[in-house]
Amino acid sequence: MSEPLQLDQVSISLPARLLIPALSVRVMPGEVLTLMGPSGSGKSTLLSFLGGTLPGGFRAAGRVWIGRREVSALPAERRQIGILFQDDLLFPHLTVGENLAFGLSTAVRGRAARAARISAALEEAGLAGLAPRDPATLSGGQRSRVALLRLLLAEPRVLLLDEPFNKLDAALREDFRRFVFAHAAAAGVPVLMVTHDVADAAAARGRVLTLGQSADGSARIETADGGLCDAHRTEESPGRVDAVVVVDRRQ
Amino acid sequence: MRAPMLTTTAPSSSPRMRPTFWLRQAPRITMLLFLVPIVAGLAGTVLPAFGWLPALGGRELTFAPWLRLAEEPGVRWAIGLTLATGWTATIISVLLVLGLCARWHGRKPGRIGRAVFAPILAAPHAAMAIGVGFLIAPSGWLVRWVSPWLTGWHQPPDLATVQDPYGLALTLGLLVKEVPYLLLMTLTALGQLPVARQLEAAAALGYGRTAAWLKIILPQLYPQIRLPIYAVLAYALSVVDMALILGPSNPPTLSVLALRWFTAPDVRMYFPAAAAALLQLVIVLGSIAVWRTAEKIIARLGRRWIARGRRRSRLEPLAGLAAVLVSGLGLLGAGSLLVLAVWSFTARWRFPHILPSHWSAFAWREQVGTILWPLKTTLGVAVAASALAVVLVLGCLEYEQQRGPAPKSRSLWLLYVPLLVPQIAFLFGVQVLLTVSHLDGSLLAVVWSHLLFVLPYVFLSLADPWRSLDSRYARTALCLGASPGRVFLRIKLPLLLRSVLVAAAVGLAVSIDQYLPTLFAGAGRVVTLTTEAVTLASGGGRRVTGIFALLQALVPLIAYGSALGVSGRAGRRRVLAGVSA
Repeated sequence: MSEPLQLDQVSISLPARLLIPALSVRVMPGEVLTLMGPSGSGKSTLLSFLGGTLPGGFRAAGRVWIGRREVSALPAERRQIGILFQDDLLFPHLTVGENLAFGLSTAVRGRAARAARISAALEEAGLAGLAPRDPATLSGGQRSRVALLRLLLAEPRVLLLDEPFNKLDAALREDFRRFVFAHAAAAGVPVLMVTHDVADAAAARGRVLTLGQSADGSARIETADGGLCDAHRTEESPGRVDAVVVVDRRQ
Repeated sequence: MRAPMLTTTAPSSSPRMRPTFWLRQAPRITMLLFLVPIVAGLAGTVLPAFGWLPALGGRELTFAPWLRLAEEPGVRWAIGLTLATGWTATIISVLLVLGLCARWHGRKPGRIGRAVFAPILAAPHAAMAIGVGFLIAPSGWLVRWVSPWLTGWHQPPDLATVQDPYGLALTLGLLVKEVPYLLLMTLTALGQLPVARQLEAAAALGYGRTAAWLKIILPQLYPQIRLPIYAVLAYALSVVDMALILGPSNPPTLSVLALRWFTAPDVRMYFPAAAAALLQLVIVLGSIAVWRTAEKIIARLGRRWIARGRRRSRLEPLAGLAAVLVSGLGLLGAGSLLVLAVWSFTARWRFPHILPSHWSAFAWREQVGTILWPLKTTLGVAVAASALAVVLVLGCLEYEQQRGPAPKSRSLWLLYVPLLVPQIAFLFGVQVLLTVSHLDGSLLAVVWSHLLFVLPYVFLSLADPWRSLDSRYARTALCLGASPGRVFLRIKLPLLLRSVLVAAAVGLAVSIDQYLPTLFAGAGRVVTLTTEAVTLASGGGRRVTGIFALLQALVPLIAYGSALGVSGRAGRRRVLAGVSA
């Protein structure tokens, strides 16, 4: 049963700089929320925080919920939040099939059943028969698809996309985008994507948040179409953006 | 001390040219100096093992030496002891290192551990064995720490904690030395893998750290540390100096038995000694083959285990235990070096006092005369072997770069030959060869025999930095009209000074570690700190033994320190010169 992803006053900062102001947003199952911003604006850092792998040196506050379960206190591996990275990160010592088996949830038991599930997934993705192959022998597009399949077979409750189309060339990018959004929709989980490509955001057909820096150096969040910024500074803590309420203004 | 392993960075594409005559000879001379003694030495062991040694009247091939070996009382125990200590030490070392890395690699305590293990790595095996003996003996430091308040002992207990018949002390001594070595190799190999990102990807699929490490990192790491593991296995199975100091004496391990017969007054014992040495070789090669088979089986089972997709590992607490045990070994190693120093300055130290009641430098003053000569010999041999090795290795690497890259997976195995073949199995043959050419007992022979072990380590520690130097520096200099020789001297050498000096220090440490080659090639007449320390360990007083072992451990450490210090100063000077220019 899919449940929404809820960020509650999530803020991330470096000692010298605020990256993400207190951000509160809800992503519904089946929805794709796009977070845009220039490199260094902290959008990938936010995904690391949500995934539970925030590197040392960052300070983060706020809570993350999936439905009624708070996950921000859990270790990365128990959050059931899947991240698709720029690189496919297929494990080079395993075959394609073994990579998928590594991802496949243990709810599928028995060698035969697991193998069947994996070849079904490959076939559905147009990759039939690739299970015994070494990932290194696959094309870039095939590798990307396998990486997504591996992630989905783990049955995540939330999907995070960390500029997953960035390293693909234009033709592949279009193709893989459709593949990802189709599969994400089929999985019916909340999806949060970060990108700096406007075309990605358009293809996602969802709300868009843009991260930027205001003139006084504090972080701001606004929507791509210009209107939706409700970040404000409070009197007590000047310089700190206190809350963001994201309102969907699309027609 | 063993050096960082050769890794798999491809030689950067360098401008090709025809190397000069002398440079072309470098690889040939190296191979000749390197392989001739080993091949000839093995032949010189195999033939006498079957009765053929005309110089001693053996002119027919027989199985008599083997029958003599079989008749030796306790020979079965000796073989069992060899296998038990070697395998136990290696398996535990590998498990501890992997467990530790699974738990701590990339985290802060791991980085602290690196610094703690450096002196233990640099210390020769003999010195470490003596120190471990001083620690764990019935009257040793460990017992003193807990006596009498915990144990109630006012006299040293009547226990065989050193030279015990089961070789437990020997196994412990091997662990103290081999775990830091394997750890260094493993950390170096891990530095070449995208560990953090792969663990992150695995965590996103729901895998805990230990499970992800075992299923994802270990399979990629293992091929990189396979040769170092084999070297540890071969070493642990055939070690002589540590076995003399910590191992049982009756019956001893097989290699010590062979040594005893080789050095027996009755020269007819050469034949069974050669048979024992050959058996030692078979044991080592057989063990490596068994290990390799086990690797394959585990890899096959491991693939199925990975495909089952279980997210948690039941080995998690074990990985934590490994961290505790490795810390314990680190403390033991550090304590071993410390207790050497304490004993060397002891005037009066009664059991069960934790520290001496009276200190003095008397033993040092008394020994100055006896220290000086072995110290000079040790340094002379070490400097000569290390310098020769550095020159040869630089020649080979420069030749490789000028001629263009070549497949080199084979030559890596070749380099490992002296580290995988037990010393006792070919050093005797080498000695026969030296005797025939009237070189035995000369310093030249000792330097050459050390070179066999120094060269691989110097190569392994120098090859990677040399090959990964950005080739555009050299190309730029060539474009400016510098000759290849000038580029080598004025560009590459200064840029890689630090690596060259560290490699030289590694060579120095390896040379000082050598006991058996000194004994054989020196025909017992060349006395170094190492041979003295091993001799003193059986029967010498603790103060004098402590002095020799401590010196033996200090020399490599000073060498490393000055290598890093000199290169650091040179680097600063260069920067300063740049600023003022």
